[in-house]
Amino acid sequence: MKKTFQQGLLIIFCLSLNVLYAQDAGRKVPTASIKTLTGEVFSTENFSNDGKPMIIDFWATWCKPCIEELNAIHEEYVDWKEETGVKLITVSIDDARTMTRVAPFINGKGWEYENYLDPNGDFKRAMNVNMPPHTFVINGKGEIVWQHVGFTEGSQEELIEAVRNVLKEEKAASEKAN
Amino acid sequence: MKRTFTQAVLFILISTITPAVVAQNTSPIHGNFQLDAQYYFKDSLIGAPEVPQKLLSNGFANFEYVKGDFSAGLRYESYLDPILGYDSRYQGSGIPYRYLKYNNGDLEVTAGSFYEQFGSGIILRAYEERGLGYDNAIDGFRVKYIPVRGVTVKGLIGRQRSFFSTAEGLVRAADLEWNINESCDSMAGNKTQWILGGSFVSKYQKDQDPVFNLPENVGAGAGRISMNSGGWFANAEYAYKINDPSGGNGYIYKDGQALLLNFGYTKKGFGALFGAKRIDNMGFRSDRDATGTNLMINYLPALTKNHTYSLAALYPYATQPNGEVGLQGELFFNFKSGSTLGGKYGTDLSVNYSRAQAIEKTLIDTVGNPDAIDLGYTSGFLKFGKEVYFEDFNIEINKKLSKKLRMHLLYMYLHYNKSVVEGRSSEPTVYAHIGVLELGYKLNSKNNLRTEIHHLYTKHDKQSWAVLLLEYSLAPHWFIAGFDQYNYGNNDVDQRIHYITGTVGYTRKTNRITLGYGRQRAGIFCVGGVCRTVPASNGFLMSITSSF
Repeated sequence: MKKTFQQGLLIIFCLSLNVLYAQDAGRKVPTASIKTLTGEVFSTENFSNDGKPMIIDFWATWCKPCIEELNAIHEEYVDWKEETGVKLITVSIDDARTMTRVAPFINGKGWEYENYLDPNGDFKRAMNVNMPPHTFVINGKGEIVWQHVGFTEGSQEELIEAVRNVLKEEKAASEKAN
Repeated sequence: MKRTFTQAVLFILISTITPAVVAQNTSPIHGNFQLDAQYYFKDSLIGAPEVPQKLLSNGFANFEYVKGDFSAGLRYESYLDPILGYDSRYQGSGIPYRYLKYNNGDLEVTAGSFYEQFGSGIILRAYEERGLGYDNAIDGFRVKYIPVRGVTVKGLIGRQRSFFSTAEGLVRAADLEWNINESCDSMAGNKTQWILGGSFVSKYQKDQDPVFNLPENVGAGAGRISMNSGGWFANAEYAYKINDPSGGNGYIYKDGQALLLNFGYTKKGFGALFGAKRIDNMGFRSDRDATGTNLMINYLPALTKNHTYSLAALYPYATQPNGEVGLQGELFFNFKSGSTLGGKYGTDLSVNYSRAQAIEKTLIDTVGNPDAIDLGYTSGFLKFGKEVYFEDFNIEINKKLSKKLRMHLLYMYLHYNKSVVEGRSSEPTVYAHIGVLELGYKLNSKNNLRTEIHHLYTKHDKQSWAVLLLEYSLAPHWFIAGFDQYNYGNNDVDQRIHYITGTVGYTRKTNRITLGYGRQRAGIFCVGGVCRTVPASNGFLMSITSSF
């Protein structure tokens, strides 16, 4: 038992080093195998938006704040796409019990996102998601640059602001390179 | 052995991350953690006991290192001591989950702990639900391989996690999934898509019973098919298990079966879904004497809606592995803005009906024939039993009324067979009507108010309840909420109790901290149709989560 605890401490030490130095920048979206709404196997390394930013949103049909968040974004999604070219990818963590509800549920809401299923939580674990909703902003290089847990009405503003920042940084970087 | 492996994983993690951290500005290690701590007060009115430790806590932290095709990870867990409602066998701390993984796209090899699901899980599903204390991860080897485009083969061998150790029983399993359209070029552009799958699972557990001659190797097989065409979809899975006498089925030698069917149609603005299932003696664990939710190999999904409002979830359903027939139908509509039903901002409507009842069982009489193998009962595949376990009819409407005001309405009729679902004799059957009104009001872009008013009307069990919730949120960081569940209709006047709680929460990026104080009623807490009993409590609850 004591030994285990020492191991735990060691890990926490390494972790704190990491936190001191770490920024999200540079971390690629991890590879995991998920499914499309029609049941085909899909690898997360194939997420793409032609070099423009993406949002990955973990949700479930039984998660109220998740639905509120996706509804709130739905109202502004056309404007968001026009302004930033962003694409929103939803990953449902509904399991076998409610998984078949996902496709009719999405259509019943009229949402126009790109949708996937993660029924046994493999991608959820790879992305270190504790609970939904959990949103990630991905830059043009496929790197995770921002993330947020939970939703309260109005916090979608923070999300689109993070997307705008990605574009600003990318613009600045390309100007610098030129 | 296990310790050596953990040390090896640790060594690799530490030796790789330390120089990496110094060398570059990006973190090569990621993970998440959660800590829940509860401080208890005795409250004899609601039946909350004295907790000698006063403070109990559950916590875990995941760490994962990824470099190229290689990854390694572990989870440290501690239950000091387990929060009330969690299995007391969790007591203590340790690293029950750790793995090394190699993945080059076509081939993935995992050594150590892993989670897995075949098909819909009715034959094998290893998963975790931390809020329930549910974790049946397998410790061993797993290989996934894509031999040709469209075909995925999986094979695994290992022992399941049982709290801080592993089970005695061994699990061996293989699965094959074939996406026909993907592997046949001639069908690539076809509108209709077909996916086929098959799996086999076998468990081994030594027979040490002095009386019974128990099967040591128990095999189970399953086949599945799924079709998509335009907006139409259909899928089916059937599983069969040979005789597997266990504590859960009363040590009968009958074989087990499960059938799961789903079909429906969906297009933009509309969805229809119909599901049916039949379960017969399909409890499957890697230890025949395991209890509670421990060491389940398979997962039998409940075919009922997963409600989120507290009174709608007061009587939740859980699948009866020894036998049930279930049906569910659901319709989803999105009325566009500008239409008669949609109004200015559009309206969402869903109607759902589900029912679960007994399968027909004719008991086999073995009295007077002591040498006969006890098969327990016979059951006609399409014959239903009379006893209803659960029935739920509900309508939900979601509507934006103005730029500032949103509304959500729920009506639900419920029939809940408490004795069967909670596995206790002589409990009442509950018939209830439930209504919920939720309103959200936007003060401005950051300040929001939300209220929920629930009412549950019933003459049974603890009779009627009312709920009021008030929440104020200041986006994107703060919220504060007050919640009162009032059992005003209880026939026992002394039990007409207000269960009041207050919660404050702060979220910044992926860090979230909530602090609550109040009374928690005794009840059942469920995620995905698996439930745990939560005892009554009174006190402070703090929860911290983070991911990095």
